[in-house]
Amino acid sequence: MWDYTPIVKDHFLNPRNVGDIPDADAVGEVGSLACGDALKLYLKLDENKDKIVDARFQTFGCASAIASSSALTEMVKGKTLDEALAISNQEIADFLGGLPEEKMHCSVMGQEALEVAIAKYRGHELPTHDHDHDHGPAYPDQEGTIVCKCFGITDVFLKKVIETNHLTTTEQVTHFTKAGGGCGGCIPRIKELIDEVMGGHPQEPRKRPEKLSNMKKMQLIQEVLEKDIRPLLWADGGDLELIDIDGARVQVAFRKACAGCASSGNTARMVEIKLRDLVAEDIVVEEVFA
Amino acid sequence: MKEIYLDNNATTKVDEAVFEEMRPYFCELYGNPSSMHFFGGQVQRKVDEARNRVAALLGASPDEIMFTACGTESDNAAIRSALEVFPEKRHVITSRVEHPAVLTQCRNLTQKGYRVSEIGVDGDGRLDMEELKATVDDDTAIVSLMWANNETGVIFPVEEAAAIAKAKGALFHTDAVQAVGKIAIDMAASQIDMLSLSGHKLHAPKGIGVLYLRRGTPFRPFMVGGHQEKNRRAGTENSSGIIALGKACELAGQYMALENNQVRALRDRLQNELMAVIPNARINGGAAERLPNTTSIAYEFVEGEAILLLLSELGVCASSGSACTSGSLEPSHVLRAMGVPFTCAHGSIRFSLSRFTTDEEIDTVIRELPPIIARLRQMSPFGREFLKAQG
Repeated sequence: MWDYTPIVKDHFLNPRNVGDIPDADAVGEVGSLACGDALKLYLKLDENKDKIVDARFQTFGCASAIASSSALTEMVKGKTLDEALAISNQEIADFLGGLPEEKMHCSVMGQEALEVAIAKYRGHELPTHDHDHDHGPAYPDQEGTIVCKCFGITDVFLKKVIETNHLTTTEQVTHFTKAGGGCGGCIPRIKELIDEVMGGHPQEPRKRPEKLSNMKKMQLIQEVLEKDIRPLLWADGGDLELIDIDGARVQVAFRKACAGCASSGNTARMVEIKLRDLVAEDIVVEEVFA
Repeated sequence: MKEIYLDNNATTKVDEAVFEEMRPYFCELYGNPSSMHFFGGQVQRKVDEARNRVAALLGASPDEIMFTACGTESDNAAIRSALEVFPEKRHVITSRVEHPAVLTQCRNLTQKGYRVSEIGVDGDGRLDMEELKATVDDDTAIVSLMWANNETGVIFPVEEAAAIAKAKGALFHTDAVQAVGKIAIDMAASQIDMLSLSGHKLHAPKGIGVLYLRRGTPFRPFMVGGHQEKNRRAGTENSSGIIALGKACELAGQYMALENNQVRALRDRLQNELMAVIPNARINGGAAERLPNTTSIAYEFVEGEAILLLLSELGVCASSGSACTSGSLEPSHVLRAMGVPFTCAHGSIRFSLSRFTTDEEIDTVIRELPPIIARLRQMSPFGREFLKAQG
């Protein structure tokens, strides 16, 4: 059982401001049924269209998602839009006396809904993308490129959450945003984003080449394995060996900790996603036991 | 607050009679059953009696009963043994809906050079027998399939599956942790080679399990050391746990009819009345043959953890296939394998009853759950859209 604070329990059992505002000035919607939580936030402004006079919410989700939404509506009332925008997800969690780390994504969802609502009200229609992912975007108005295909989370959003919460591990990023919590294929990219944000040495996201000769493709596969993938595995005490490349079929064998690791079923998938991103779309990674 | 315990597939209350049976074997009769003196000998006789009682429940012979520490150990021991017995065979078959005790081990085996096939299920959780037939081959060392599913209660045709496995020379193991004590099992009339059971699922304490090993089945021990359990499982016997399990099995035999009549009737009443009053719900595995004590119902537009915590406020203990309850982010692998749509996979609630469940307890749930679902739907943006569309 989760160790929820009495304040979380209170806001879950007696949520404040559930409902809608028919003539709301701003509405923000994030999340989806597939993702397992979603929040629709309504804001009503005063005559000067400056101060938030009323806030209502509807939430699909667990106890901490409902409590975070309830807390958020209480926190924004009486604030100007700019003051409301300054509320961080950590402040929502603090208001509740803290959240289990695995549930921090609930506070992030609240903060995000607020941001979306205000941006829409101000006419900053954030660019949307034709996302290719399994579940539909969690944050449809979020700009950037999708990193986590399982939960539809973009790089721009991840960087913001990493920066504001000073996250240093991929597990933390998963707890705060869900990204990486599905197939795990994006974990290497999340590591890169953490390095970019926290390490302070920004990298240009690399794009895969338009067209490759067979020889170039083989070279690039080897390069990506050496420079991008093996160092990630080393960090966890594992390793892999390239066995063969046959057209788009890449055969690898896992070594050290990766051979026999509980989550290594995901590792081959991670390698495939990485190679597809950086080399060619049709690459298939096969694990062999040589 | 008095608890209404409807989570018996997670664990069960130790029966008072079981506790009385084991009580003397801590402070008074604490001898080691392997010792030569009278003091150990009297424990040995009681352990033998327990072995007979377990064997009787399974329709097995006492020498086919090997005590372990838990169901997970039994599952691990069975699968590892098969791979050692057939070092040349590199293929393992299981299902997509197994308990992690089997599934995690099988998935780890893929990293050790084994081919692992996970047989699928249909929308009601029934095993794809055609896929199984097509998948077993001469390279298959072991087929491990659960007897009954812990989340939905769906029963697999394990005898038929065992025949398919045996025809190709593979060993057949079943994780019967949820089945033993709830449905009749007769190993004398079976082809199953190995069967796992766990004490705490049938009113014995935690920390005691059994691996049934058919006489003549080749076996390589998982735990090595002393000569206990006929050199098949080393380590000093958990004598009090074994004695408790023996008593629990004896009682399970006596209550088998009750489990299949009275408990089933309570379960049916619970699910029928809930289905009658709560719209947009579905019974997971409703069309399949299921354990008499289990019902898993998916409610659209709401999330399981919120339901469980509101039930918990009223003392009602149940469980959920929701992602949020486990700390994972995706709903249960069982519901996903069944293709339960995402609209309701997050809102699945499992009630698992026992012979201690009363009419009044079921009445309470039938009374209290509908307003909880209505309240959460009223709070959920998807639920409100649905309610609005309904008028």
